Amino acid sequence: MLSIKNLRVSINGKEILRGINLEVRPGEVHAIMGPNGTGKSTLASVIAGRDIYDITEGEILFKGKNLLDMAIEERASEGIFLGFQYPVEIPGVSITNFMRTAVNEQRKYRGLDPMPANEFLAKMEEKKQLLEIQAKLANRSVNEGFSGGEKKKNEIFQMAMLEPSLAILDETDSGLDIDALKIVAAGVNKLRKADNAFLVITHYQRLLEYIVPDIVHVLYDGRIVRSGGKELAVELEEKGYEWIKAEIA
Amino acid sequence: MEKDPNNILDEVTQGEYKYGFYSDIEMETAPMGLSEDTIRYISAKKNEPDWLLQYRLDAYQKWLSMTEPTWAHIHHPPINYQEIIFYAAPKKKKEYSSIDEIDPELIETFNKLGISLEEQKRLTGVAVDAVIDSVSVKTTFSETLEKQGIIFCSFSEAVQKVPDLVKQYLGTVVPTHDNFYAALNSAVFSDGSFCYIPKGVRCPIELSTYFRINAANTGQFERTLIIGDEGSYVSYMEGCTAPMRDENQLHAAIVEIIALKDAEVKYSTVQNWYPGNKKGEGGIYNFVTKRGICKGNNSKISWTQVETGSAITWKYPSVVLLGDNSVGEFYSVAVTNNYQQADTGSKMIHLGRNTKSTIISKGISAGHSSNSYRGLVKMTKRAENSRNFSQCDSLLLGDKCGAHTFPYIKTENKTSIVEHEATTSKISDDQLFYCNQRGISTESAIGLIVNGYAREVLKQLPMEFAVEAQKLLSISLEGSVG
Repeated sequence: MLSIKNLRVSINGKEILRGINLEVRPGEVHAIMGPNGTGKSTLASVIAGRDIYDITEGEILFKGKNLLDMAIEERASEGIFLGFQYPVEIPGVSITNFMRTAVNEQRKYRGLDPMPANEFLAKMEEKKQLLEIQAKLANRSVNEGFSGGEKKKNEIFQMAMLEPSLAILDETDSGLDIDALKIVAAGVNKLRKADNAFLVITHYQRLLEYIVPDIVHVLYDGRIVRSGGKELAVELEEKGYEWIKAEIA
Repeated sequence: MEKDPNNILDEVTQGEYKYGFYSDIEMETAPMGLSEDTIRYISAKKNEPDWLLQYRLDAYQKWLSMTEPTWAHIHHPPINYQEIIFYAAPKKKKEYSSIDEIDPELIETFNKLGISLEEQKRLTGVAVDAVIDSVSVKTTFSETLEKQGIIFCSFSEAVQKVPDLVKQYLGTVVPTHDNFYAALNSAVFSDGSFCYIPKGVRCPIELSTYFRINAANTGQFERTLIIGDEGSYVSYMEGCTAPMRDENQLHAAIVEIIALKDAEVKYSTVQNWYPGNKKGEGGIYNFVTKRGICKGNNSKISWTQVETGSAITWKYPSVVLLGDNSVGEFYSVAVTNNYQQADTGSKMIHLGRNTKSTIISKGISAGHSSNSYRGLVKMTKRAENSRNFSQCDSLLLGDKCGAHTFPYIKTENKTSIVEHEATTSKISDDQLFYCNQRGISTESAIGLIVNGYAREVLKQLPMEFAVEAQKLLSISLEGSVG
């Protein structure tokens, strides 16, 4: 589904990613771990298409298409979703209105008519129940005045509405207490299917107790320095990142 | 890969005026220029009583001694008032009782504007008093309204039908010498709307009027008078679009509202006169005086405006809070694009005790435009325990436009509270990235964000207007829509 080959990325002349290789197949959950400042969020942003980076080398294929040729909204409509670490506020725009616009623009890209209003509202209702989100959330403005937990739940809700093939969750666990973390993780687990995939970016092993990954990658200094099964996450948690630093030194 | 955000902003802010067309209807016009003869011509055409002719002539004398105000943050070449035709009316055949009798060209024009005079208006609960240029062509639902004693008709008709009411209230809120443009309007006003809601009557439908300029070189001088008698309620809507012309056209309207004891008048408007082209050529000069007086205790006047059109907008819908416990409100969204200039805001004059006013102003500037908020809040000595809250926000799209805020506050007593908040913001790259990542194009994202920004004001509009206004905001800032 997602194939990254020798990706090198810089910002303002400083190289952040130094040759990333990554293969994600349908049905898989990949975790990307690593210390702060090693390029985890950069990788997420580059896949989504944020244009503040210079891609100096390599390629990203998504379902066989060259992602680097596509605009951000085209990538989204192709099925890439980014759950933001810091979701922005859009004052005055209700989540309902925001989601309806997003759903219909993605449908337009795929050559479909706008979703009828009753169908859309029924879908909103279904996803809210699935994720145990309070009804009033939908009438509030996007992220405006939301607590940290509400913002992250809202990201998962949007993911449920848009049904992406690849969801990248960037530090979704940061700023969440254990109850919120459980709700968010339960939501993700409910949305796991044979034909979609997840890329879970996290600093801590904690989230991975609830969202169990198939493959864990350790990102350090712009490279994936080690990949393994879910036990790698546990090992990291026990030994700390210093262990990896010592290993590769 | 991604388009340069500055280019996208340029693209989406350069949409052509959607309603730029010109319809060819037989016109009857006054000779060019302004003199006592012109005024006598207009008055005679309208078969006016002598007191009204004298009112006009008096206003004309005052206007001659006045000069154009120069304090607004706007610039334009001098206007030659002798090159303007002050009166134009579609040639009148007879009274219209059925839609079939109306000039098909005119119907076509209305259809292009999306205005329907058909019975479907009844379903949406809107009575339409359609004004094309200067003469009101057709009024619907007046019969329904008449049963309740509501008078809703063109201004000229009211002069014939209820001259005493007109005489009693005309010029009591905006006197002839109020300002240069008000004096001009008082001398040469052509037509407009008149509305009277009797004691204790709650008007059952939204009243709506569409104004429209349609003849080359014809200034429009609308005159509207709304009277809410004791304990009455009315929601009045006015909206306008104008065809594309090359020359600048002058528009100087007056709207007067009188709310007696316990009355409430809600006035909503969407203004979309031709704004000129991308280079700033052409477009309407819109110098409007709108003012209401809360004359009785516990009365309320509320102005809501969505301003997207005109090359120049000079407009300060105001409320004089005379009655104790009276309430004044002003909600405004003003969009300027290309080379448009807007200097708009409100005045809240607190005279009564325990009076309350609210000003919410949202300015959105794009292109090379200039958008100013100008407001006055005055608490007089007698206006004890009164309150005002003002919030003036500016949103900038691009880096060549300007936003300015000129708040004036005067308090003459110690028990009143005046609050003023102001912000200036831009649409952030993070917001655009967030929207794009959900599959929303930059154009749609700007429309969404701008509408969200203006929501506080838009939600004040009657439902059918709110939808129209939302579309208009997007159209004003986008190139591809429509």
